[in-house]
Amino acid sequence: MILNDLIHNPGAWLASGPNGGGDSLSGIIVSSRIRLARNLEGVAFPGWAGEDECTRIHARVAGILHSLPSLTPCLELELETLSPIDREFLRERHLISNDLAQKSRGSGVVIRQDEVLSVMVNEEDHLRLQALRPGFQLPELWAEISALDTELEQSLRYAFSPDLGYLTACPTNVGTGLRASVMIHAPGLRLINEIEPIIKGLTKIGLAVRGLQGEGTEASGNMYQISNQTTLGETEPVIIERLIQIVGEVAHHEANARTRLIEHREATVADYVGRAYGVLSHARVLTSQEALDMLSALRLGCELGMITGLDRDSVNRLTLFSLPGHLQKSEGRAIPPDERDQARARMIREIVSRATVK
Amino acid sequence: MHCEHCQQHEATIHLTQMIDGQSRELHLCEDCAEASGLNVQGVMSIPEILFGMGTPGEAGSDEGKSSGKSCPQCHMRGCDFKKTGRLGCPSCYETFSAELGPLLAAMHKGGRHTGKVPESRCQGLEKEARLAQFQKQLQEAIRTEHYEEAARLRDQIREAGHDPQ
Repeated sequence: MILNDLIHNPGAWLASGPNGGGDSLSGIIVSSRIRLARNLEGVAFPGWAGEDECTRIHARVAGILHSLPSLTPCLELELETLSPIDREFLRERHLISNDLAQKSRGSGVVIRQDEVLSVMVNEEDHLRLQALRPGFQLPELWAEISALDTELEQSLRYAFSPDLGYLTACPTNVGTGLRASVMIHAPGLRLINEIEPIIKGLTKIGLAVRGLQGEGTEASGNMYQISNQTTLGETEPVIIERLIQIVGEVAHHEANARTRLIEHREATVADYVGRAYGVLSHARVLTSQEALDMLSALRLGCELGMITGLDRDSVNRLTLFSLPGHLQKSEGRAIPPDERDQARARMIREIVSRATVK
Repeated sequence: MHCEHCQQHEATIHLTQMIDGQSRELHLCEDCAEASGLNVQGVMSIPEILFGMGTPGEAGSDEGKSSGKSCPQCHMRGCDFKKTGRLGCPSCYETFSAELGPLLAAMHKGGRHTGKVPESRCQGLEKEARLAQFQKQLQEAIRTEHYEEAARLRDQIREAGHDPQ
């Protein structure tokens, strides 16, 4: 398996799959993810260890990861061998973090072929295990990632304290080392101007709300990642259960917002979807940001039955492949930004112009 | 209220600083806080909260009491952590436990791990719990003058490779 094979797949987080939340939440909850931070006992954390030590850690750990049954078949990549486009491509697929994308010698990632399980080596911690699936599937992901974690600890001795749990480079991750997050698509709440108070409310009760590409990014295309902030003092199932309850509430708010919009402001929604369709089916130049926002409106249109000849999976695929890394990877070359905006508009136009608005 | 450093301007930054488990109030004007390396414009970083900004006499230096301590395993100092926001190695948690403890409890849902434990440590934990129980029973047997029972417990503790207390 090689990196270029991934381009043929839709990406684990945008693949079509069960939404797990009943019909009313279909499409609102885009994907779920759980990440575990783990470190090796008696070894300096990557940020303090220096490049040579990181290279030794990487060589030791990568060999073990490669032979784990849970990760077979897998793709093993070293950061220093990856081009900027490859890094961007993996980041957009949520297989490496913004931080790992900046690393070089001594860091890497091991990805199972289906992209559901992956392990980053020497990001902020020695190991960052990740499980990622479309829809609302946190309990399933916890079972999968915990099994991988248990398998891994047969070969590695983790830095662990009975009092503080799994020890991590940043004290914000100590304890369970668990970060669970759910990506939601909430154009309805945006249209009725309720998304900001909801984000403030979530922050107040100790949850983090981030944009499409995680930490430090703003919401693009009405996509929001909601995750736990605290990792110590509660068990993993308790952390996950609370997130499920709260995300479920937010998703119901979005579903209600859509119902209210259709009942009371149908023209507003139809205009929002219709304008996006107009731009996407006729534009000759589209920036990444504009494409994400317009595709979000088109996705809403598909889900509300306002668009025919285009389904949500196709819109998802366009969303992912209009990102700079995917666009360049599918063209097989580095493309300057201006030309990229034209290539993006062309790709989207070809697909969207086949659809019609009711 | 006037700034504790310059005694001239109005104190607009109010901090509670923890050093070796002792809390101390600090009231500063924006200029003095900034001169001491505090980020007054944005949200304070975790290490700034954890390691404070030194006492008034040593403002601006990195040699504050907790900032000067270093980890015997990786040699990271408190001031290094203050700069990066990341600890150097797992042993840093023990080295800086006085500074980290209260803040971890405030930052999280409690100060003690209650989640998953690696299988290899489960056995160790059980053994530790059993030993602690034996030690407690030994003290009780001595206190109540049940010397035969005490001798039996002492032997069990020795068998486990530990010294009876």
